[in-house]
Amino acid sequence: MKSKWWIIGLSIALLLAIISPIASKFPDGLDRFAEDYNFVDKASEPAFTVIPDYSFPGVDNETVATIIAGVLGTLILFGFVFGLASLLKSKHEA
Amino acid sequence: MHIPDGFISAPVAAATGVVAVAAIAVAVKVTNKNMGEKQVPMMGVLAAFIFAAQMLNFPVAGGTSGHFVGAALAAILLGPWATVLILSSVLVVQSLVFQDGGLLALGANITNMGVIAGFSSYYIYKGIDALFKHGKAGTLAGAGIGAWFSVVLASLACAAELSISGTSPWAIAITAMGGVHMLIGVGEGMITVAVLSLIMATRADLLKLQIA
Repeated sequence: MKSKWWIIGLSIALLLAIISPIASKFPDGLDRFAEDYNFVDKASEPAFTVIPDYSFPGVDNETVATIIAGVLGTLILFGFVFGLASLLKSKHEA
Repeated sequence: MHIPDGFISAPVAAATGVVAVAAIAVAVKVTNKNMGEKQVPMMGVLAAFIFAAQMLNFPVAGGTSGHFVGAALAAILLGPWATVLILSSVLVVQSLVFQDGGLLALGANITNMGVIAGFSSYYIYKGIDALFKHGKAGTLAGAGIGAWFSVVLASLACAAELSISGTSPWAIAITAMGGVHMLIGVGEGMITVAVLSLIMATRADLLKLQIA
């Protein structure tokens, strides 16, 4: 436990991604504001989509599609920021 | 609070883009100088945790939900400059891969949820923590209050960007965005305090990794 605290931290993040299908489907504060004041249609369609709406494309089961998207995103961010931080860390410190 | 493309004008997108790029440039410099080996896994874990936690929208009132932002948690654990890098990374991946938040609106989203939320919560937290002589209660109170302000101030910045862009009149934007985010901010405060309490109870040494 002492040296591998970050494995526990990453596991908690993955657990959150796995339970993410329970998230509220209500629009968030900004989306709700846009709907109530009729400017939601001003949002332009994205130029391209990869995993739109946190739902992995081609997976029929919505819950599974959300879990795959969430787990993928969590791992991408861990890898990307861990890598970025490794590059940036001070060279003087061991 | 992710602004899609189309909600803000080109000048607002450009101006906030400049703010975001400048903040990231300074953040790269500061972390490059002051970050050590110990902070590297915390950077990665926080980015992963914030991404996953942002997916978990919680209902607030009247058919509206809110989600954790995470800038306050990151700022308290690693300082505001590391926070700019973490939130920028989360927002870039959300925009590029998940089409959450517009590509042209990235600068605005980074300015609001990374720069404004990160710096405001950091200094509010530091002030309250010092006022209570760095005791446990003061640390947690500072974290909760800082987190609440981070969300409310980010939402007001978002409202200002929408108003300047001509998307919504000032008074309406400020009231509507500020009002609902005063509720969402309570959730942000509770999550931030809960995570910090867990870290305090299990690995208090991880609270000493701030990068100035």
